[in-house]
Amino acid sequence: MKRGGIRRIAALACAFAATAFLAAGRPVAPAYVYAMGGKFDRSFSEALYRGAERFKAATGIPYVDFEVSRETQFEQAYRHFASRGRNPIIGVGFSQTDAVKRVARAFPGTKFVLIDGNIHMPNVLSVEFREEEGSFLVGVLAAMASKTHKIGFVGGMDVPLIRRFACGYGQGIKYADPKATFLQNMTGATPEAWTNPARGAEIAREQFDRGVDVVYAAAGTTGMGVLQAAADRGKLAIGVDSNQNYMHPGTMLTSMVKRVDVAAFDAAQAETKGTWKPGHVVLGLKDGGVDWAYDRYNKKLVTPAMKAKVDQAKADIISGKIKVHDYESDGRCVY
Amino acid sequence: MEDAIFQIVALLAGTLRIATPLILCAMGGVFSENAGVVDIGLEGKMLAAAFASATVASATGSPWLGLTAGILVACAMSLVHGAACITYRGNQIVSGVAINILASGLTMVFAVAWFHMGGQTPGLDNAARFLPISLPGSESLAGVPLIGPVYANLISGQTLPVYLTIALVFLTAWTLSKTRFGLRLRAVGEEPKAVDAAGISVAGLRYRAVLICGGFTGIAGTYLAIAQNANFSREMSAGQGYIALAALIFGKWKAWGAFWACILFGFLDAVAIRLQGVHIGAFAVPTQAIQAMPYLLTVLLLAGFIGKATAPKNDGVPYEKGE
Repeated sequence: MKRGGIRRIAALACAFAATAFLAAGRPVAPAYVYAMGGKFDRSFSEALYRGAERFKAATGIPYVDFEVSRETQFEQAYRHFASRGRNPIIGVGFSQTDAVKRVARAFPGTKFVLIDGNIHMPNVLSVEFREEEGSFLVGVLAAMASKTHKIGFVGGMDVPLIRRFACGYGQGIKYADPKATFLQNMTGATPEAWTNPARGAEIAREQFDRGVDVVYAAAGTTGMGVLQAAADRGKLAIGVDSNQNYMHPGTMLTSMVKRVDVAAFDAAQAETKGTWKPGHVVLGLKDGGVDWAYDRYNKKLVTPAMKAKVDQAKADIISGKIKVHDYESDGRCVY
Repeated sequence: MEDAIFQIVALLAGTLRIATPLILCAMGGVFSENAGVVDIGLEGKMLAAAFASATVASATGSPWLGLTAGILVACAMSLVHGAACITYRGNQIVSGVAINILASGLTMVFAVAWFHMGGQTPGLDNAARFLPISLPGSESLAGVPLIGPVYANLISGQTLPVYLTIALVFLTAWTLSKTRFGLRLRAVGEEPKAVDAAGISVAGLRYRAVLICGGFTGIAGTYLAIAQNANFSREMSAGQGYIALAALIFGKWKAWGAFWACILFGFLDAVAIRLQGVHIGAFAVPTQAIQAMPYLLTVLLLAGFIGKATAPKNDGVPYEKGE
């Protein structure tokens, strides 16, 4: 009992000394906190992991990471890393916003990076993406690939962010094929809408029954059901966040990729160079933050005409010739 | 006209696909609750079975081994529930909730530890799944008006577990109303003392009912993971076990009543998917309103039209000998 007490005090003293030392020196020791899906979710978190690996390969600086199994663990993860002197601490996902806010307040000397969220604090860098621009491009491809001129969208939970995906996609469709019919469905109004692949598949089948032959899923693991249903019926599907083309070669038209890996790499890299700045960054096509995926898995599905058209649209968006309307700017969608 | 028929048939086919896991869970519940064991744990057992079947199917490439694994795991969880509720006379609600939490946590832990895919299992090849079966004659009948599309798209073209489910509803209704085992089972839910006095083991009957319930939820989970989808993913049962429980009450603890309640819920869900984004005049139907419909209807119908739903008299009451 007594020995245990002494050991605990000694450990505490060591911890204090360590934090004091680290606070003074602040070496770059990045830590990464994955989203709910976990490290290899074939989506968001996996992109963060790739960014972390790239940073390690480029600089030789090792990193630590954390996978949560409950949302309540986010704060514990951040606190744990911050108290061990980790810096910067990089997380991905809107649902980490509150945890980052609280821990950033408690550790003003530590730098935090939140990808896909928005916090205004002097030690936090928030990175968001122009999903509407990437969605516009895949919408152009969908409209050109469709033979029935009916194109579908399956969203996850009905939140403004997902409406932004749908809105950009719809604009892309109308840009390439003004007469096309655009059907959109949201999976639900609760967080379960992200984790219900069976319902996603059912929504996709219903859209196929109505004549849709290209469907875009922006719905977390619910989207896996959509992609599977498309593969089962031989219809085309579009993936989201990471490049999901490899999942069903032959029916995956493309994926709308958010370069979470680039954001994760850049944030850590900036810290090593001493150029890290807090604030709010929105990465669009111009910055390489979003894009459409073109690789050996979907090469056969994308004709030269489609590629030319989508490259043109991309150049026009970058130059400002095409303005993609952002749903969240006014809560409305205009095609 | 032809298009309208096709749309209606597609709607009904969707209803059947959505209702299948609900029906299986509800039939499991019919057995368990008629024997006097309340089962909140339908959801958890279904989830655990989904994980087990997806794991085994991906490891062996056989949907049949997947189905076996799903049933075994669900039965094992049923035994845990049985031990807590029948042998140790614990609170049945608490035990059921524990089963749900256990399944939710354990499936995640194993999935992450074994596959490192954020709680998913690897995608299955078509050979490792139950795929839609095309019944004989669906091609040749296709030209016949009405019968053709109904046969080709509603009756034919479903997956094996769907057909199995329909057969199991008949079996459940027949067992409970016509067989000695079924009558005893219901007696044990109504008057366990009388059954005991007749020299029949109350615990034995209840264990059998709970095991049958496990088997049914096992098929439900397997259907979710390897027929409807091609892998397991986190919380993929998405509350369907609870909806099945509502259907069970809605159907007054009777096999056919519960079956039609599940079909109604499935139908409402299928309609909800189709109604989304539809405009009535200038008014766009909001997602949330449509999603709330099954629940609203349950409350309204139960309160106004169906009348009182009475549970088996000793449902949820542990049996103690010689009071």
